[in-house]
Amino acid sequence: MWKPDLTRADVTPKSAFLNRRQILAGGAAAMAMSPGALQASEELEPTELKLIRTYNNFYEFGTGKDDPAKYAHMLTTSPWSITVDGLVDNPGTYDIAELIGDIPTEERIYRFRCVEAWSMVIPWNGFELNKLLAKIGVQDTARYIRFETLVRPQEMPGQQRGIIEWPYREGLRLDEAMHPLTLIATGIYGEPMANQNGAPLRLVVPWKYGFKSIKSIVRISLVADEPQTTWVMQNAREYGFYANVNPNVSHPRWSQASERVIGGGFFAGRIDTLMFNGYEDQVASLYEGMDLAEHF
Amino acid sequence: MPAVPFTQHISQNARRVPEWLVYTLGVIPFFWIFWLCLDGRLGPEPVKELEHRLGLLGLQFLLASLMITPLMRYGRINLIKFRRTLGLLGFTYVLLHFLTWMILDLALRWDEIGADLVKRPYIVVGFVAFLLLIPLVATSWQGAIRRIGPKAWGRLHRLSYVVVILGAVHFVMQEKVWERESLLYLYLALGLVAMRVLWVKRL
Repeated sequence: MWKPDLTRADVTPKSAFLNRRQILAGGAAAMAMSPGALQASEELEPTELKLIRTYNNFYEFGTGKDDPAKYAHMLTTSPWSITVDGLVDNPGTYDIAELIGDIPTEERIYRFRCVEAWSMVIPWNGFELNKLLAKIGVQDTARYIRFETLVRPQEMPGQQRGIIEWPYREGLRLDEAMHPLTLIATGIYGEPMANQNGAPLRLVVPWKYGFKSIKSIVRISLVADEPQTTWVMQNAREYGFYANVNPNVSHPRWSQASERVIGGGFFAGRIDTLMFNGYEDQVASLYEGMDLAEHF
Repeated sequence: MPAVPFTQHISQNARRVPEWLVYTLGVIPFFWIFWLCLDGRLGPEPVKELEHRLGLLGLQFLLASLMITPLMRYGRINLIKFRRTLGLLGFTYVLLHFLTWMILDLALRWDEIGADLVKRPYIVVGFVAFLLLIPLVATSWQGAIRRIGPKAWGRLHRLSYVVVILGAVHFVMQEKVWERESLLYLYLALGLVAMRVLWVKRL
């Protein structure tokens, strides 16, 4: 049975979190006192909520890292409807509550690794995508899932420029979508998802680069063929459909061997990037026999 | 008293401004950024912010130094005294940008630094621009012009045209999509260099 390496027991209460940071900042002595604290600091210190909400790539609101935090308040997330179509038993356009309201959420603390070589640790609230797929009813001929983000230029100022072809779209192979690590998230730190983080619902695929985890989803389609995805459309030489985190396959413009941890401050340096972002044991079998340098 | 033309007025006053004052003004952005660092106001990823701001300042000062001659030709404003000052300030910021990248961003991971410097096109372009600045800085003192002769010195310093273009290309290339800001810098750099080409052709 699959078990995540970051569990509920590892969650730091938000109030205690800042205190602990100060203790850790006090030096190695504080960490040496307890092996648990050391492990916590190495493995899974969740990124501060403030940082999660102010350092975002969400080009719908602009290409600057601070643009989403500046402009995302313009977005209306209620009412919110989602179109489900393609090779499904229950196609239609659903109100969000109707579609996911009865699926219980849980907390999952995942590493989040951006293709730009920075990372965070995020305590998501959400549910496994496979639970939603069970509700939708996936037909036998479906091989892939495809997602689309909302297009509403009057509320998403970044869409007023043709920097990329809107809507933002992403996709997964069906077995990736069914994997228990793959989430639909509706909150972070027990709070409703902030607009700039992809409210009201987004995908989270922790072993892939962040751009795969599409935000503010309005359409979910089950399809037979590999769907077109935004960054592959934008630059197929630099971004692949799979986009699995892989320290051994460089982006043409930078190395993926290491990453900067957001919140580390000036002298934190870098940490080594882990194969499949640290989820190798759980997901490597999905790609058996595939050349990961070719299917990057 | 006859009215002094505005441009002449600027030129005359500028002549009285000592070079050290321009250096002092030129390092103000550095101390401002340094203060923002200490104050924790460089945002969630301060190292990248620092790196980008220093690089941009470097490009801005280098472009400013290339505006001195057109200002004289077209605007009759003589600021020639500050051309070198601006160039050296530009180099200083480029150097700080490079050191920030190497020490704070890549944290002296030499394998990665080495690979980046030869394999990643935008880093190669930026690095070449930085290297090309070194002979310009080395020959920026008054005596150097006499030593190597004004003609050879002038030819050598045409490298600055290559440097600003490479610098702006480096800025454009690191973006993930076409960005207005970096493209404007590239157009400016190309424009300033194109002017020189036209001047030479007309002679």
